[in-house]
Amino acid sequence: MSDPVLSVRDLRVRIGDREIVRDVGFDVQREKTLGIVGESGSGKTMTALAATGLLDTPGAVVSGRSTLAGETELVGASPRLLRRVHGGRIGFVFQDPGTSLNPLLTLERQITESLETHRKMTRRQANARALELLEAVGLPDPQRRLDAYPHQLSGGQRQRVMIAIALACDPELLIADEPTTSLDVTTQSQIIELVRDLQRDFGTAVVWISHDLGVIGQVADDVTVLRDGEIVEQAPILEIFDEPKNAYTRELLRARPLVGRSEPAPASPDAPVLLRVDGLDVQFAVNTPVGKSTVHAVKQLSFEVRRGTTLGLVGESGSGKSTVAGTLTGLIQPTAGTARLDGVDVFGVRGAATKELRRRIGLVFQDPFSSLDPRVRVQTAIDEPLRVHGLAKGKRARQTRVAESLELVGLPASFASRYPHELSGGQRQRVSIARALAAEPELLILDEATASLDVSVQAHVLDLLAALQRELGLTYLFIGHDLAVIQQMSHQVLVMRDGEAVEYRTAAELFADPEHDYTRALLAAVPPARPRAAV
Amino acid sequence: MTTFTGESTRVASWRLLLRNPVTVVSAVLLGVVVFVAVAANWIAPFGVNDVDVPNALQPPSGQHWFGTDELGRDVLSRVLVAIQASIWVAVVSVAFAVVVGVTVGIVAGYRGGWVDTVFMRVVDVMFAFPVLLLALAIVAVLGPGTTTTILAIGTVYTPIFARVARASTLSVRVEPYVQMSRAMGTGDLYILGRHIVPNIAGPLIVQTSLSLAFAILSEAALSFLGLGIQPPQPSLGRMIFDSQGFVTMAWWMAVFPGAAIFVIVLAFNLVGDGLRDVLDPKQRTMIEARGKR
Amino acid sequence: MAVLTHPIIRFIARRLLYSLVVLLGVLIVVFALVHLVPGDPVRIALGTRYTPEAYNALRSASGLDRPIVEQFFGYIGSALTGDLGVSFRNGDPVTVTLLQRLPATVSLGVAGILIALVIALPAGIWSALREGRVSDAIVRITSQFGVSIPDFWLGILLIALFATTLGWLPTSGYRPLFGDPAGWLRHIVLPSLTVGLVAAAIMTRYVRSAVLEVASMGYVRTARSKGLPPRVVTFRHTVRNALIPVLTITGIQLATILGGVIVVEVVFAWPGLGRLVYNAVAARDYPVIQGAVLLIATLFLIINLVVDVLYAVVDPRIRLA
Repeated sequence: MSDPVLSVRDLRVRIGDREIVRDVGFDVQREKTLGIVGESGSGKTMTALAATGLLDTPGAVVSGRSTLAGETELVGASPRLLRRVHGGRIGFVFQDPGTSLNPLLTLERQITESLETHRKMTRRQANARALELLEAVGLPDPQRRLDAYPHQLSGGQRQRVMIAIALACDPELLIADEPTTSLDVTTQSQIIELVRDLQRDFGTAVVWISHDLGVIGQVADDVTVLRDGEIVEQAPILEIFDEPKNAYTRELLRARPLVGRSEPAPASPDAPVLLRVDGLDVQFAVNTPVGKSTVHAVKQLSFEVRRGTTLGLVGESGSGKSTVAGTLTGLIQPTAGTARLDGVDVFGVRGAATKELRRRIGLVFQDPFSSLDPRVRVQTAIDEPLRVHGLAKGKRARQTRVAESLELVGLPASFASRYPHELSGGQRQRVSIARALAAEPELLILDEATASLDVSVQAHVLDLLAALQRELGLTYLFIGHDLAVIQQMSHQVLVMRDGEAVEYRTAAELFADPEHDYTRALLAAVPPARPRAAV
Repeated sequence: MTTFTGESTRVASWRLLLRNPVTVVSAVLLGVVVFVAVAANWIAPFGVNDVDVPNALQPPSGQHWFGTDELGRDVLSRVLVAIQASIWVAVVSVAFAVVVGVTVGIVAGYRGGWVDTVFMRVVDVMFAFPVLLLALAIVAVLGPGTTTTILAIGTVYTPIFARVARASTLSVRVEPYVQMSRAMGTGDLYILGRHIVPNIAGPLIVQTSLSLAFAILSEAALSFLGLGIQPPQPSLGRMIFDSQGFVTMAWWMAVFPGAAIFVIVLAFNLVGDGLRDVLDPKQRTMIEARGKR
Repeated sequence: MAVLTHPIIRFIARRLLYSLVVLLGVLIVVFALVHLVPGDPVRIALGTRYTPEAYNALRSASGLDRPIVEQFFGYIGSALTGDLGVSFRNGDPVTVTLLQRLPATVSLGVAGILIALVIALPAGIWSALREGRVSDAIVRITSQFGVSIPDFWLGILLIALFATTLGWLPTSGYRPLFGDPAGWLRHIVLPSLTVGLVAAAIMTRYVRSAVLEVASMGYVRTARSKGLPPRVVTFRHTVRNALIPVLTITGIQLATILGGVIVVEVVFAWPGLGRLVYNAVAARDYPVIQGAVLLIATLFLIINLVVDVLYAVVDPRIRLA
């Protein structure tokens, strides 16, 4: 029985007069992975950075103990000691591969830097080792890649390079802070596998931080659940999943969207078709410093949506799904194709009829922070469609309508006088929904509308949307990348890749027996309900 | 903890502004300057052209706080009235630049397409000329004088407002809340008035303060060259020019007008910086708070 | 043929095309100058020397008696061959005069920008790395002062102190570099300090903000997490990446200096383009004004083009797009 690689006790982080992290303690065992899970604001990143001496937020005060390999104390250590530890004994992988690599240095340089610093290698030796590392992380054509620059790689490839850099000096511990959050689900599962293999080969202990319990289930041996800077529960993985002791943990588990768990209320099978799209094709010119290039975002897409049902539009980034939403709302000009809303030509509409069409198709976006004008009160925001479409005459009538809209989405009428920054992310999304509904649309397009919300909040908003569909007979075009959420909300599903339709069937059929390889790959990549350790 | 402190953006802005002592001092200073600009004629102890040769080149004294120049004129009075003229020129020319520049910028940024291309090419051409050179060229065409100076400075500063307005408009235009309004069928005018203009006001206010500072410098340079405000109207630049032959024997002739320019420009710059710290990092904090995970 | 599609070539070609379009605009503006004068430019220029013969002679020599469109193309045509007309004042060919005065202005501009860089780069970087601390505040305040000071006033004060009172340096004038290097140096010190100090103040602020922006980037955090020595993090990662925007700023600043030296040249009786323009404006010598404005604007465009090209060469995101 050996010492834990990292042993943290009574860790506290204080900024100004606020305690961000309180009384946190955990152990990371050799060759094992500790999963730290929490929603936004839980302090998980702060905890990891504080425990490893990498925290540099101005004014932050760290106290407590964090011992590496039973002998090196990291909290309050000298900068010199920490520099030896960072990179040499602890490797780090951060969330955003786009900005975590220096755009002006070759990949080789970014790897050899640590080798030269910590292992005192010559440039030539470091070069050879860098090649080995790139091979080990599964980067195709590693020899040529040595001289490549970060912008020439995809997000997944960059993350592999980050892992190579982190493991370059064979550290005892790897800290991975939301390493797969910005990646597509298929890439995510590849990276999870990669880290697992490397952990086995190198014998590294790992701390994996994530908000996603599914991912944690795939990677962790032990789990620590954080909330508002405090530990809520700590247990081995199976215990957390099967016998959670704390109500919050149970809530997190319950709120997690899972494939095969829920379905929308059945819809009438002979509901009339509300929206019919035929041969939609969108190409745009993109300006780059070296000239114009064309992006073929949507290729010959056709689908229909029946009244009162939801069509789930699934795809990874770059699939063109948001472009489809853009064309239906008039924000993007299609290159070819037709779309008819109850017979009305969507793309060809002109003049006065345009406004009416815009009223009938509503839109809710993903980001709760920028979906509402920060300078405009909730009242005015919801008021806008009422004014624009003349749906309520007079100030009093509009105020009543606003209050009704708020009630409809489960918010108190008193919120009308608030500004967006006085609301939480979930509340803002509800206001966006209220705003979209105030116009009494027939079709509501939800473009990744819950993707930026915490899991528990997302569950509530999805419930709200389902309830509204039943009550008001709304038709949804639900765009997303999370298959479990899509299954929960959709009657029909259209899978897109690179602008094309890959599979288009009823949800029941698609999830029971996917036809296309890509769909199968997507489904296989979704972290399952049970943790890996249970299998 | 995730979202930001629940204070209204507007209220927090003022509070932050007041918290910075430098900005407060500069604002007070500006207040004094504005007061002088308005009341110069009344508070000046002597007439600006009261020649008094026997008392020429007198150092600062109880009677002449800033001394007298080579014709015995009271330097303090001349400086006060000259400040008035400078402020007037700066304010009118920047107002002109703001009105024209911001309109062009908003239209170009919001409309896009060929309108944007044409407007911005014109702005680019104007940017190809160094500021003072272009102002000089305009003065050369229209002849020296206060009105020409205002026109020249106004014209020369229009492009920067066009660019700032356009850049801000472009970034606000792609914000989801604007996209949602457009998708909803809201008219362009409503979107411009309710969403775009209030959200681009920040950078524009900062730019206005900075441009006022530079306008004062430009006016002073033009007057120094004899092409701006014409004698017998006193102007700070011209006073410095006239002081050239007398600098070592009558330092007050050069120092006070120059110091006046320096202090006014500095005050505008400091206020502009203070405004920028308040109005811009707010946007940065929002962007940071947005990155939820 | 593959060379033509290389990203750098395409980038340069686009920038070149863009510059030419702007240049055309510049030509139109410059050409229009003489035609926007309320009143008759020839008559105004002749002033007291007016006689009907002189008037007609000057008018036809300047081509002002031909239709506008013909004049415009004539002007462009001549400009391309280096003929910018003759001075209204003394009949000298404008191009020759401009070329005579160019070296003085260029040496002043280059000396000024060098002084600015020597001050602004270290100060801006240092101040950014010590953000929030006293040293940062000092640099910020000092640069605020520098930006607020009228350059002609600074020049006069410097002359008063170093030339007139202390007698260390001459009050004005110019010595050519190749004829009299020591004299050149003595004469250029004060004017280039005047230009350079103000430019330094402006650039320090830009350098500082460029470094601050880079320092907040993810890859700087990655560099720290690798345990690299602080100097490496600072220079190889932070500063090096900030140099790209700094390069752009330097180009703009140099170009701005070229236009702004007018006043400094007047203060120091420096025989450069600036002083030429000043005299020409006073005398309403339109061809000279037009020629000088055209030359300076063209230099401006060329400098910006060179900066863009350097940028393309240095930044792999463009070089290997």
